[in-house]
Amino acid sequence: MNINFTLISQAIAFSLFILFTARFVWPYLLRAIEERQQKIADGLAAGERGKKELELASQRSSEVLKEAKQRASEIVIQAEKRASDIIEEAKQNARIEGEKIIAGAKAEIQHETFSARESLRQQVAGLAVQGASKILRREVNAKVHADLLASIEAELK
Amino acid sequence: MSSEAELNPTTYIQHHLTNHTISVGDGAFWVLHTDTLFMSVLLGVVSLGLIWMVVRKATSGVPSKTQAFVELLIEFIDDQVKTTFHGNRHAFVAPAALTIFVWVLLLNAMDFLPIDIMAWIYEHIFGLHNWRSVPTADVNTTFALALSIWILTIYFAIKVKGFGGWVTELVCTPFGKNPLLWPFNLLLNVIEYISKPLSHSLRLFGNMYAGEIIFMLLGMWAATGVTGTFFGAILGAGWAIFHILIVVLQAFIFMMLAVVYLSMAHESH
Repeated sequence: MNINFTLISQAIAFSLFILFTARFVWPYLLRAIEERQQKIADGLAAGERGKKELELASQRSSEVLKEAKQRASEIVIQAEKRASDIIEEAKQNARIEGEKIIAGAKAEIQHETFSARESLRQQVAGLAVQGASKILRREVNAKVHADLLASIEAELK
Repeated sequence: MSSEAELNPTTYIQHHLTNHTISVGDGAFWVLHTDTLFMSVLLGVVSLGLIWMVVRKATSGVPSKTQAFVELLIEFIDDQVKTTFHGNRHAFVAPAALTIFVWVLLLNAMDFLPIDIMAWIYEHIFGLHNWRSVPTADVNTTFALALSIWILTIYFAIKVKGFGGWVTELVCTPFGKNPLLWPFNLLLNVIEYISKPLSHSLRLFGNMYAGEIIFMLLGMWAATGVTGTFFGAILGAGWAIFHILIVVLQAFIFMMLAVVYLSMAHESH
């Protein structure tokens, strides 16, 4: 345990080692570490940004979905309205058509009735004239009463 | 232990505590502990060289396992320095702390080498009769480190505060600016300046030296017979495991103290 020249040699060695570390080791590795830290920080920031964007996108998508649902329900309501309109219109048309048919039928019936009544009247007139002529044949001269008969016939017609 | 006939506890311990020396000049001071110097330079070159190899291929992308390990080490040191030193630590203090920690840790870790086996290897393979493995158990190493740090603290104190500022601080703190108090201030500061490198270096030296001595005592016990070998081995293993803590802790304390001293030099009271 004696102090000697080793002290100085060790001090020189020590200084050289410190210089070496300070010059060649520390700065390079520190730079690598700091670059990696920067990279990691950037990566985390990008992740955070991505998360935020995803949130935004999902919000927007839900808005779009809501809008689409609203539109769809509007379209359905419109369609229903349109359908009921069509039905209503069809009913209207049908009613008009029916009334037309009924009117036509009524006119025909009237016409039929009229013609039937006409023929019936003619027949009744004929029958009356026949009957009257049969009654009158016995007592009345046909020639004499011909104008009378004709007037009756005309009246019946 | 080698084959000397006069084997007894005293010679055994003396043998293990004798450095391999060469003389570089006249006088007791001009002696070089080649074992201390060689082991510490070798370990420094190997460890820092390994780190350098990793750093040269360092990527900011996905790191390799070795790079991750070195980064872990650097971030650990950087965190420690950050809490103590408030300034541009990347210029000097943090790299210095890394060097100190790695180097001292490895120098301390030489204590795990089984002393007698290593002594046999040194003697019979390298032909070195005296060769100590643990450079930090040599007071020269710890003093060299502590004195380097000490000179650096003075250098930084003068650089940051200016020479006048440094002298002012020497005579005006901690008691006050009153001229009557100047001698006391100066005295206290001188004591502080002397005690810092002493406590800094002797703490590390004492721990490693004591650790070595205990291994030697256990080795001596092992030489007494089968029982001694058995208990010596068990206790040696236990002490080695406990020593892992001491090795790392002392390296860490040495580094932290260096950082603390350097940051104290940067800050005015």
